[in-house]
Amino acid sequence: MRRAELLMAVVLAIFSGYLMWKSTELPIGWVPDRGPGGGAFPFWLSTGMLLSSLWIFVRAVRGVTPQSQSTEPYFDSQSAVLVALVVGALTAMIGAIYWVGVYGAIPLFFVFYMKIIGRHSWLQTAAFAILAPIVTFFFFEILLNITLPKGMTEPLFYPLYDIFLS
Amino acid sequence: MDIIPHLLDGFLVALQPTNLFLVIIGCAVGLFIGAMPGLGSVNGVAILLPVTFIVPPTSAIIFLAAIYYGAMYGGAISSIMLGIPGASTAVATTFDGRPMATQGRADVALVAAATASFVGGTISVILFTAFAPPLAHVALAFGSEEEFALMMLAFSTFVGLGGDDIPKTIFSILIGLVLSAVGLDIISGAPRLIFGDLPGFYHGINFLVLAIGIYGIGEILWTIESSRGEVEVSQAVVTFRRVLSALKEMGGCVKTMIMGSLVGYFVGLLPAAGATPGSIMAYGFAKTMSRNPDSFGKGNIQGVAAPESANNAASTGSMLPMLTLGIPGSPTTAILLGGMVIWGLEPGPRLFVDQTEFVWGLIASLYVANLFSLVLNVAFIPVFVWVLKLPFTILAPVIFVLCVVGGYAPTQDMHDVWLMLLFGVVGYLLRKLDYPMAPMVLAIVLGPLAESSLRQSLLLSRGSLTVFFERPISGPIMGIAVLLFLLPVFKAVQRRRAASKESEAGPHG
Repeated sequence: MRRAELLMAVVLAIFSGYLMWKSTELPIGWVPDRGPGGGAFPFWLSTGMLLSSLWIFVRAVRGVTPQSQSTEPYFDSQSAVLVALVVGALTAMIGAIYWVGVYGAIPLFFVFYMKIIGRHSWLQTAAFAILAPIVTFFFFEILLNITLPKGMTEPLFYPLYDIFLS
Repeated sequence: MDIIPHLLDGFLVALQPTNLFLVIIGCAVGLFIGAMPGLGSVNGVAILLPVTFIVPPTSAIIFLAAIYYGAMYGGAISSIMLGIPGASTAVATTFDGRPMATQGRADVALVAAATASFVGGTISVILFTAFAPPLAHVALAFGSEEEFALMMLAFSTFVGLGGDDIPKTIFSILIGLVLSAVGLDIISGAPRLIFGDLPGFYHGINFLVLAIGIYGIGEILWTIESSRGEVEVSQAVVTFRRVLSALKEMGGCVKTMIMGSLVGYFVGLLPAAGATPGSIMAYGFAKTMSRNPDSFGKGNIQGVAAPESANNAASTGSMLPMLTLGIPGSPTTAILLGGMVIWGLEPGPRLFVDQTEFVWGLIASLYVANLFSLVLNVAFIPVFVWVLKLPFTILAPVIFVLCVVGGYAPTQDMHDVWLMLLFGVVGYLLRKLDYPMAPMVLAIVLGPLAESSLRQSLLLSRGSLTVFFERPISGPIMGIAVLLFLLPVFKAVQRRRAASKESEAGPHG
């Protein structure tokens, strides 16, 4: 936990520095007749971010915060595996949207999550994997008129568009 | 201002069939979300905001406000039945609610929670109705200086009263503000902070992307990690007769409920405080006021009534600054405020002049939502108990899918979905180290307004910062804000002085 606290403060300080540098692409000083330049607001705020992350770091080194005194691991191995699995599945689902579209990615995600992580029966898994895309389609595409990305499954939807959107 | 005719007009709006239907659905969804351990009003409102694009703004906010209300009722259900707070706002309810359930009085506790929520909600809505119009009237005269001062006040409450680690709180506020600055500069129109030249950053970072990331994905990751292992669900027998006798028992709690409502309402007005500390404070007051404080924590019904009336009152209280000043009183109202911007409304006191239907429809719907939450809550106790037994491995993927589709819907850009995932994971990692998340969400919503009011004020004052302290209204507000920012410093100095005194006294004693 202590190492995570220190490391996070360093990462945040570097990120703040990057934001400061990025802000200077626009004038950060006073522009005559226009007031403060466009970069001023983010520049001074990210300076504040840098200062507070340094402050966090100093406090962690001195062991003031509860996290810097804690000897518990930041992640125990069991939850690390679980969280990594879930985040991996989410990343894969969002990535798969480009390829098989929302309606291909959602059932795959349900099958993975409910069957592999949740160990539910095939019947339950199938029910969710089939119902979820149908509900999504009718709610978002038909009611809200928001077209979701379909990737290579696009042609399969032409008949549905003809029925519901004409 | 004539409040009564406006309120009656509001009821005409709130009781339209569509809106009435949305209130009922909203209350039911809110109860469900509130009852699920780990999910609270803020998660429900963030995840479901994109769903409201289908209806006009008035109906949308009525729906979301009903979710907010329902979730406040629902939080008590898992506090009592599982001993795990359904939302952080219901933490104090576990202190006495859980012992009552293990003693076989779960039904009494549930009815007590619902009744107290109803009393808290009703008292606070009446206070709200009375205070909102005059406050909005005063706020109409505010200029950019006052706006900025109010925002500083909102942020200062997190530093001075939030109770989280100070540098981490400041960092959270600042990063929210910087993220809000991504996109096109509001004055010169020049592109700003376009990371990696990705075109997706040109339209800025929608606050919903951050809110869904943190309160949807991040929250579920947090719950997955912290709720491993089996929990035991208590049984509740609910019959009409038992409900009646429970209500009779509530007769002794009238004073506690009124006290809880007032505490909750006024604590709820502050952006950093809100329902969680409000309900804990109300619990503390009820305990000190009680004739036998020792019975608290062992299943005293007053210990359920006080926090539950307070957390509902606080949720109404947090809407007062949101509606009248355009400053959210809680993370949930921050998301509602961001929603108003998406719906094309300009939050702030002008709403009371230009959008009377919206404002009064919302206020009237709070009365209606309160009533329905009470009825649905008591009527469907068995359903909620069943819901609590649902495995999280079914609920989690459903919410993840809603997050992904909901994150895509507002801008229809896959870039935002990736960003949402990133915010979710980073937010979760930060939260594990106790970085507070609420200030960040508040800051990204208020950021654009804060920047424009700051730059406008500075332009008028030719760069002099003293302008904020010189004006009659912004001056005192800024003064309070500065005091709140410095409060932790004073506390630290005092502690050090006390410590040095002790060490001086040490050798002699």
